[in-house]
Amino acid sequence: MKAFSYERIDDAAQAAARAFEVPGAKFIAGGTNLLDLMKHEIEVPLHLIDITQTGLDDITETDEGGVRIGALVSNTALAANERIRRDYPVLSRALFSGASTQLRNKASTGGNLLQRTRCPYFYDTAMPCNKREPGAGCAALDEGADTRQLGVIGTSEHCIATHPSDMAVALRVLDAEVETINPQGQTRRLTLDEFYRLPGDTPDVENVLEPGEIITGVVLPAPVGGRQQYYKVRDRASYAFALVSVALIETDDGKGRVALGGVAHKPWRRDEADAELGNGAKAVMTKLLDGARPTDENAYKLTLAERTLAALLAKE
Amino acid sequence: MDFNQSADENLFDHARIIGKPHTRVDGALKVTGTAPYAYERHDVADNPLVGYPLGSSIAKGRITRMDATAARNAEGVAAVITALDIDELPRAESNVAKLFGGDIIEHYHQAIAVVVADTLEQARAATSLIEVEYEETPGEFDLDDAWKRLQDRDVVSHVGDVDAAFDSAEVTLDETYHTASQSHAMMEPHATIADWCDGKNMTLWTSNQMIKWTRKALATTFELDPANIRLESPYIGGGFGGKLWLRADAVLAALGSRETGRPVKVALPRSFIFNNATHRSGTVQRLRIASGKDGRITAFDHSAISHTLPGGSGEDAVNQTRCFYAGENRRVAHHAIDMNLPEAADMRAPGEASGLAVLEIAMDEMAEKLGMDPVEFRILNDTQVNPEEPSKRYSDRHFVECLRKGAEVFNWSARNTTPGGKREGQWLIGQGMAGAYRGAPTLDSGARVRLSEGRLIVETDMTDIGTGSYTIIAQTAAETMGLEMDDVEVRLGNSAYPAASGSGGQMGAASSTAGVYAACVALQGEITKRLGVGSARFENGQVVTDDKRVALRDVVPNEELVGEDTLHFGDFKDELEIGTFAAHFVEVAVHAYTGETRLRRTLTVVDAGRILNPVTARSQVIGGMTMAIGAALTESLNIDSHRGYFTNHDLAGYEIAVHADIPEQEVIFLDTQDGASTPLKAKGVGELGICGGAAAVANAMYNATGIRLRDYPMTLDRMLDRLPGA
Repeated sequence: MKAFSYERIDDAAQAAARAFEVPGAKFIAGGTNLLDLMKHEIEVPLHLIDITQTGLDDITETDEGGVRIGALVSNTALAANERIRRDYPVLSRALFSGASTQLRNKASTGGNLLQRTRCPYFYDTAMPCNKREPGAGCAALDEGADTRQLGVIGTSEHCIATHPSDMAVALRVLDAEVETINPQGQTRRLTLDEFYRLPGDTPDVENVLEPGEIITGVVLPAPVGGRQQYYKVRDRASYAFALVSVALIETDDGKGRVALGGVAHKPWRRDEADAELGNGAKAVMTKLLDGARPTDENAYKLTLAERTLAALLAKE
Repeated sequence: MDFNQSADENLFDHARIIGKPHTRVDGALKVTGTAPYAYERHDVADNPLVGYPLGSSIAKGRITRMDATAARNAEGVAAVITALDIDELPRAESNVAKLFGGDIIEHYHQAIAVVVADTLEQARAATSLIEVEYEETPGEFDLDDAWKRLQDRDVVSHVGDVDAAFDSAEVTLDETYHTASQSHAMMEPHATIADWCDGKNMTLWTSNQMIKWTRKALATTFELDPANIRLESPYIGGGFGGKLWLRADAVLAALGSRETGRPVKVALPRSFIFNNATHRSGTVQRLRIASGKDGRITAFDHSAISHTLPGGSGEDAVNQTRCFYAGENRRVAHHAIDMNLPEAADMRAPGEASGLAVLEIAMDEMAEKLGMDPVEFRILNDTQVNPEEPSKRYSDRHFVECLRKGAEVFNWSARNTTPGGKREGQWLIGQGMAGAYRGAPTLDSGARVRLSEGRLIVETDMTDIGTGSYTIIAQTAAETMGLEMDDVEVRLGNSAYPAASGSGGQMGAASSTAGVYAACVALQGEITKRLGVGSARFENGQVVTDDKRVALRDVVPNEELVGEDTLHFGDFKDELEIGTFAAHFVEVAVHAYTGETRLRRTLTVVDAGRILNPVTARSQVIGGMTMAIGAALTESLNIDSHRGYFTNHDLAGYEIAVHADIPEQEVIFLDTQDGASTPLKAKGVGELGICGGAAAVANAMYNATGIRLRDYPMTLDRMLDRLPGA
């Protein structure tokens, strides 16, 4: 861990402005991911801005009948919230399938969206990683690499990492929007699809946040109802990242939405795949995973995604 | 005391304390966080500096340049010692990989420098300022390649005529299996505080299973007289064989202390547990079994390979196949392949854990070919003698009783016998079983007991790696001396105490309690001598002779009486096979769509001689079984076969079982005694639980799905395409 300076700023707009002006500044909330990364010197911020007292920790109703989740709402509080459990059960289930109780108690909503990949090569600073060190190369793409957990679609010749969040997969299927404020005090809302980037030739740039721009909350539209499920498949029963996860909403009109976790650099959803839901898992995945470029070690994820969706769609 | 013949009836057959479920005497210290672990010994090591290691970023080659100038100038840094600053340290007999010094790189994360600073953060940050250049040379990292290349395999032993037996056999099996490399992944990393300030007398507060061995290894490494080395390791947060040896934590802490003239503490970073410390080698195994239609096995032919750094012995997976089941013709061969991965060495049940994981699947496969119940097939092929050497009988073997009792309690006869034939919703339900065998070796063990004011202090360099040594030793001493548990204090893990077996090879419980018994008998001799009586009984805190009773506190008031002895195990044991046995029964659910496997219940029936304490012994068995479940389903050190290292080098990536993976676990101990083992008629159980457990899971998975997997860990991607789904 490199030495860094620290301050607490209790207003989001001021925090954004401050982050913009101080070189190497980063926000810290729960710290469940950032501190680990700093210990390994994968992240080396020169200045930390503690935003835990900015008051962004409410869950409130919106005028549109939806819910606004403050960026600092803990994963535990969000998952246990009565309104979330009733109207957005896929989100609650996704949150409870992630991490451990202790981590969920500390982890924030905004931080969860910004967590970094768990690619083993990203985590080992002796290995080349374009995400950690632009232009260094990608050990995961070399022959003999350990890629069983890595991405199968939306990957590039520079990076095949996945985004590890469960929460984000549920938010994607719920059409949630990320709300931000920038150093000039301007706010904007971004869908999850707009918010996250694919790796392309700049895998180090994972989202569209501008320098200093801070997440203030996540907005859920009015409830869509329907049957909501989140199925996270992993090797052990708890405390593991998804091999594949499926967020599914089946609405009463026979339509629905599907998003995948564990397969790409962002939660993976396509409108044309949603449209196939009435035609079964295979039809959905044919659209959703078209263009996939798996490795020999992780090609099973394509089969697994289809089978997991089939399990959810099966009424047994 | 010499133990030269099997024990006859003795006080332990009428025990008050031994064999009873005493909770751990050190339990309160553990749960209150006050047990002093090595890295926290600030009570004895004044104001230590902190050392942090730098590991090699290549797997094989040499260092051509190191520049530590920036690190030396960094804030708080007291010293930096690089591998190029000193010659390669002499390698102790028990070490294969070099621990420090010189330019040669043998494996990834080999320690190549240590930074010593005021704080951990300063030391860690400064390591990244060290510039290193390497000359890399290609290495061998792929065991499958080695298996394919290997033509002539070393035959360890060949009895009868295996080839002829297979030629004439009515039923045969010939399959190839893989087990994965595994990490001990103990909770407490290797950690040491070293005080070698004067460069002469070295004191280490460390986390080590083997005090005597490690003191000797330190003497070799630093060319010191063992008399000048003191080791303390009273509490150990898990070892599993990973802390049998001197490792880099102790070496770097010692070097740092000598350099700075201050105590220095070093804990290996978590990633170092996987690539710097030792691990269990993966194996490739081919197993052939031949039998008649009647199910009687006529031949075993088992060959295996594992990897090792040059000079090591790898993971010998074939040894138990020599003696576990009957059969006149048998051949086994193990080949340790020189490769350039980190050092492969002992991990809980070294050899057996990998060998039985395979043998016990093969037995299941044979039973199916024969149309026999796998329990009955094993019973039919039980042996009471070593089949390689029939004149050598098992001292006390109740494997058949384990099988029968387990089948009865598990309700085995009610199971579905059609693989893939039982479904509950989206889950396929299966049951499987396996046999377990592990030798019961003993090592000479010493202890000293000191009686003062009616209280007894036991001192031995035996260690407690979470196993319950403190408790069973207190029980042994209290039983022998006629005291209560509260009257006894046990002190362990200190090189100033008499040498015991240490903790390894499931020898510790049986050996160390025998040594404590010997010391207590020596103390009894001293007491009777002081009282001027020929013989006496020790009960209720008193010495009882025909005509008087004297309280132990009154034997010699205001004086301490000491008894010290070592129990020497005689070579009569060599004429016998002394082992421990178990049968595992397991129920699993496998998801019909996704292939997720979840355990539902496990039962293990154990024959391991007298169980000294059913509470601590049960923990050993379910702990072993838990590791077996990890081995079956998730645990694998993933190899980057291009760069030559284990990629998943943290506890997020190396998936040991978590609580949610472990179902109800039941253990039944058969009421057996093995007088050939020790005066207490006890044998170890620390490794038995892991033996065969993985195969029981695998066999249950087969019963659930009808898909036979032969490669560990049995993750869902190995069977996904073949699962039924709807």
